[in-house]
Amino acid sequence: MSSGAVMPLEPRAKDGRAPDVFVPGGWTPMGEHRDTEAVDFAIVGTGAGGGTLACRLAEAGFSVVAFDAGAYWRPLEDFASDERHQSKLYWNDDRIVEGANPLKLGANNSGKSVGGSTVHYAMVALRFRPEWFKSRSLLGYGADWPIDWREMWSYYAEVEQALAIAGPVTYPWGPKRPRYPRRAHPLNAPAALLARGAEALGIGWSETPIATLSSPRGKARPCVYRGMCTIGCSTNAKQSVLNTWLPRALAAGAEIRDLAMVGRVETDARGMATGVHYQRGGEWRFQRARNVVVAGYAIETPRLLLNSASPLFPDGLANSSGLVGRNLMVQLNQAVWGQMEQEVRSYKAPPSLALTEHWNYEDRGKDYHGGWCYMSQGPLPIGWAQTVAGGRRMWGQSLVDEMNRANHSVGLKMVGEVMPSPDNRVTLANEVDAYGLPIPRISFSYGDNEHAMLAHALPFMEQALEAVGAHELWREEEDTCHLNGTARMGDDPATSVVNADCRSWDIPNLWICDGSVFPTVGGANPSLTIQAIACRTADRIAAMGKRGEL
Amino acid sequence: MVDRFPGYDVLAKADSESWDAITRRIVAERIVLTERGDVLSDRQRLTLRAVVDRITPQPPGRPPINATALLLERMAGADGEGFRHHRLPPLRAAWSRGLDALEAEACAHHGRAFDTLDGDAQDRLLRLAEAGEASDPAWGDMPPAIFFSWRLVPDVVAAYWSHPSAWSAMGFGGPASPRGYVRLDADRRDPWESSEYVERRGHAA
Repeated sequence: MSSGAVMPLEPRAKDGRAPDVFVPGGWTPMGEHRDTEAVDFAIVGTGAGGGTLACRLAEAGFSVVAFDAGAYWRPLEDFASDERHQSKLYWNDDRIVEGANPLKLGANNSGKSVGGSTVHYAMVALRFRPEWFKSRSLLGYGADWPIDWREMWSYYAEVEQALAIAGPVTYPWGPKRPRYPRRAHPLNAPAALLARGAEALGIGWSETPIATLSSPRGKARPCVYRGMCTIGCSTNAKQSVLNTWLPRALAAGAEIRDLAMVGRVETDARGMATGVHYQRGGEWRFQRARNVVVAGYAIETPRLLLNSASPLFPDGLANSSGLVGRNLMVQLNQAVWGQMEQEVRSYKAPPSLALTEHWNYEDRGKDYHGGWCYMSQGPLPIGWAQTVAGGRRMWGQSLVDEMNRANHSVGLKMVGEVMPSPDNRVTLANEVDAYGLPIPRISFSYGDNEHAMLAHALPFMEQALEAVGAHELWREEEDTCHLNGTARMGDDPATSVVNADCRSWDIPNLWICDGSVFPTVGGANPSLTIQAIACRTADRIAAMGKRGEL
Repeated sequence: MVDRFPGYDVLAKADSESWDAITRRIVAERIVLTERGDVLSDRQRLTLRAVVDRITPQPPGRPPINATALLLERMAGADGEGFRHHRLPPLRAAWSRGLDALEAEACAHHGRAFDTLDGDAQDRLLRLAEAGEASDPAWGDMPPAIFFSWRLVPDVVAAYWSHPSAWSAMGFGGPASPRGYVRLDADRRDPWESSEYVERRGHAA
């Protein structure tokens, strides 16, 4: 949607300084490394995985250069209150989509900015249900994670503190957890309707644990409920990687290179990674590194590994299992919508201030595997128009008339677990992008389990809307969200790409640290788990470093 | 359809604390954008204008929405939208072929150009495409139904609802930074939000 004129033409993080995201026109000092210097870690991607890891590795004393294909924004001056303009935050390069249910990418599930898609995420900060880490052994589906949930529990607590999550004193589901660092936000009208509907149906609900400030923090002010979280927060209330982990990373000496597209990980004759080829300022360069971390999310990560094939690794890097690119998992993001007599005005405040995880923790009554939650919603005009036009096949005057009733619309939207399937996968297309790199081809189809989950979830959410007096109900049956899988972790090199430490089985100094490593996705938004994995990976790397095992 | 918010104009807030500098600038540039002539042929542009009018009729009594100009601007850019259905060519090429095909359908069915047909006849041709029943060879290997639902409708509505007139007609709060909102409950509104009830009562009186 952008015209091209909105991107900074020149990288900003250079000459010993990086943008200070808290100050219009501001700068903060940044350490720099020469291309010829073999840094401890070259990290590809600065989102929930790469940005968090860059911070924690730098704080552990490693030399770090983190690359991002996107721009280094200062939210206070660069982010408009406007959907069309803010499409500058998304990965808008073409990717070919196919399969029985071709995925819609871009705004909903990608980011091309320093800070990755956390810059425009909905900030929903959920822990996984403990059993999901052993879903094969305990629940009979998917694949086990090679990590124990109790270890994850401590890393979740760390990330919740790092992001100053606002949430309830007592969370209704799962094992005990500490109280959230900041008080919960007040419910807006759509959230209050979710709560009333849940109570009418006799299930629990909660204020959503959410990464936007409910009280001041340093130079960041509390949320002003402008409701434009998913197009980028212009006030810095949102706690994203851009304004939490990365300022810490810079202070600890990490270098961040914006507008730097990594096209290839180089490997030598011994089968070790030696650095990354990247384009910045119109020329290809090569950064030497002792370790390379790929953290490009579940499409760009396998794309880069496949594009880095060499004589020693003809099928791409870290791919002896043949699993790189396979088991791509989105999450079901279907919704039900209706009309209220009241004015709801769901454009105000963060879009998902209340949720229920009831069906993540209750397995009785299901004829399918996995869990799902649902949340209140707050669509903005362009997104809403595309939802209505697509979901109801409306156009012309009927569409305009429907749009003009939007202040009375209310919706509930699910985040539902998708099963891993090797046929849902990322491969390389024959076409190349502006850098001359083969673009990804993404095939995705629902299986029987997804259809069975929808057959339960959609009527259930309809009941929850009917219970609060919503009428003219209709179903949005197409949407998906989030991207995971494609480089799964495990404890067997034959059936996984990386081990529990996110270290690739095939190349000891090549690591993968993002949603790609998920063996399963659960029915919860993944960003908190990605960050928790990154914190754990950093601790593991530091421990291995001390033992000389890097 | 009666305007639910006849006294409401998000642009009236442009000098208030609801709008920051970057938002003022980009919206001011947007609403004066005119149709560029270097993206499509003259004939394709005429067809596009007619299609946009049928998909998204103008809001009565409000400044017209330059959706065609906004869409042409987007076609001129290098960006896609992050995904492309495997049966569709890239954005600009898909539009070029789709508009040619709609024009060919008009000539085949009516012996006249698409933009010279009345609205009902234009709608019938658009519904043929939507249903995948358009069959003119000009579509080539691009399925009309995929073009319609993956390209034509999403692109047109994205252009239309990026305009302040469309926001005002919805009663949408519009830009909201640095000032957001205070009153979040149902049937509550801040003084700088639209007022549907008062305007409705005023209309009935």
